[in-house]
Amino acid sequence: PRMLSTSRPGAAPKGGFCFENSRRNAVLEGNLAEKGFSAPKARKTGTTIAGLVFKDGVILGADTRATDDMVVADKNCMKIHYIAPNIYCCGAGVAADAEVTTQMMSSNVELHSLNTGRPPMVAMVTRQLKQMLFRYQGHIGSSLIIGGVDVTGPQLYSVYPHGSYDKLPFLTMGSGAASAISVFEDRYKPNMELQEAKTLVRDAIAAGIFCDLGSGSNVDLCVIMEAGVQHLRGYDQPAQKTPLEGNYKYKPGTTAVLSETVRPLTVDVVEESVQHVDMQ
Amino acid sequence: PPHWSPGTTIMAVEFDGGVVMGADSRTTTGAYIANRVTDKLTPIHERIFCCRSGSAADTQAIADSVTYQLGFHSIELDEPPQVQTAANLFKEMCYRYREELMAGIIVAGWDKRRGGQVYTVPVGGMMTRQPVSVGGSGSTYIYGYVDSNYRTGMSREECLQFTAKALSLAMERDGSSGGVVRLAVISEQGVDRQVILGNQLPRFSAA
Repeated sequence: PRMLSTSRPGAAPKGGFCFENSRRNAVLEGNLAEKGFSAPKARKTGTTIAGLVFKDGVILGADTRATDDMVVADKNCMKIHYIAPNIYCCGAGVAADAEVTTQMMSSNVELHSLNTGRPPMVAMVTRQLKQMLFRYQGHIGSSLIIGGVDVTGPQLYSVYPHGSYDKLPFLTMGSGAASAISVFEDRYKPNMELQEAKTLVRDAIAAGIFCDLGSGSNVDLCVIMEAGVQHLRGYDQPAQKTPLEGNYKYKPGTTAVLSETVRPLTVDVVEESVQHVDMQ
Repeated sequence: PPHWSPGTTIMAVEFDGGVVMGADSRTTTGAYIANRVTDKLTPIHERIFCCRSGSAADTQAIADSVTYQLGFHSIELDEPPQVQTAANLFKEMCYRYREELMAGIIVAGWDKRRGGQVYTVPVGGMMTRQPVSVGGSGSTYIYGYVDSNYRTGMSREECLQFTAKALSLAMERDGSSGGVVRLAVISEQGVDRQVILGNQLPRFSAA
């Protein structure tokens, strides 16, 4: 059984994004603005994501904080998304956009792989992504770092919301990009060993966590090599909560009770009906 | 979004037997350099390249589309395409979608009919052939240098020097052009690409 859109029962789902609610949202926003309120903003991840190419493959790193303006909405969200067994993708920008875009890519890549009978290539994922994002002219706010190892070797691409891409040996994106890139610019060398590379990516993300307000919590790493993938969720927790200094509990009786009133609520049965449900 | 116009210098020069193309390597998002080693010289066909300035997303998408169209056309023709054809394809797209696009492109290459050719397709979608063409916002600083130093009949080496110097001057003055200088020479023999790193660039002032 498939879920069909209720507006046109019987019509097959067309696939891709659905903009049915855009008009409703515009009207709602107008109504809210009249009363002096503002509509809720799309949640941006306020992120630090990074990737680098080392001797045997690619390492992707990300922080795990998702923010809603100035409030942390998720302390441990996953920003490294699966695309294919040998290709992973970090997402920054609007959380929902990054999530859905990468899921779509994952499906497309699997279909393409089945059609061609070949394992997927990183350049192919990049091309599909940038063509889709360009088509939406930047309205899909996802900035992505795609990394993977395929028959042509380890590769790293960045894709921006408007659809441009760059192929580089090391990359950072998100609000913490400036902090993280400084670590890479200082210490990156081509053909690093695995442990050195992992430490470098961890340090770059940590720089973002400490120096950028929109990034925080843990460091997630994803090591992709020809031999396989290690998805290291919670590889490091650089900014742990310190124990509370004082005791904030109060003994019962600290606040004096001046008076007490009990009002029982009586509930009457107004209507009773029985519906017969067919159970298969 | 990654934007090249307030941070690009591109150039192409015709010589007898081919063309020399050059570009800086900076892509910026606002004041942050997203890519300091960008390759703005994009192959469209075996002996036809384009230099891109303006919006990175727009120019990459246009170049991909033209590459596809030209490749298809070349297979149908069963011979290498003309540079003029490539320039025309760019012009068609840049003019038709001029309201939506931000792209300034220089198309250059070699074909056996007309030899080395440079065509410029600036923002707005006009297309014209020029022996020397400069583009991007860094170009404004070197019009004087280019106009006074260009001579017809320069050799391949002289054109390379001329392009490298012009780009260095622009990168020196245009605070947001920078990085390395990428050069490409296209001739009957094929394409020869070079990179001049920052410390090897020609220097002009004592400071």
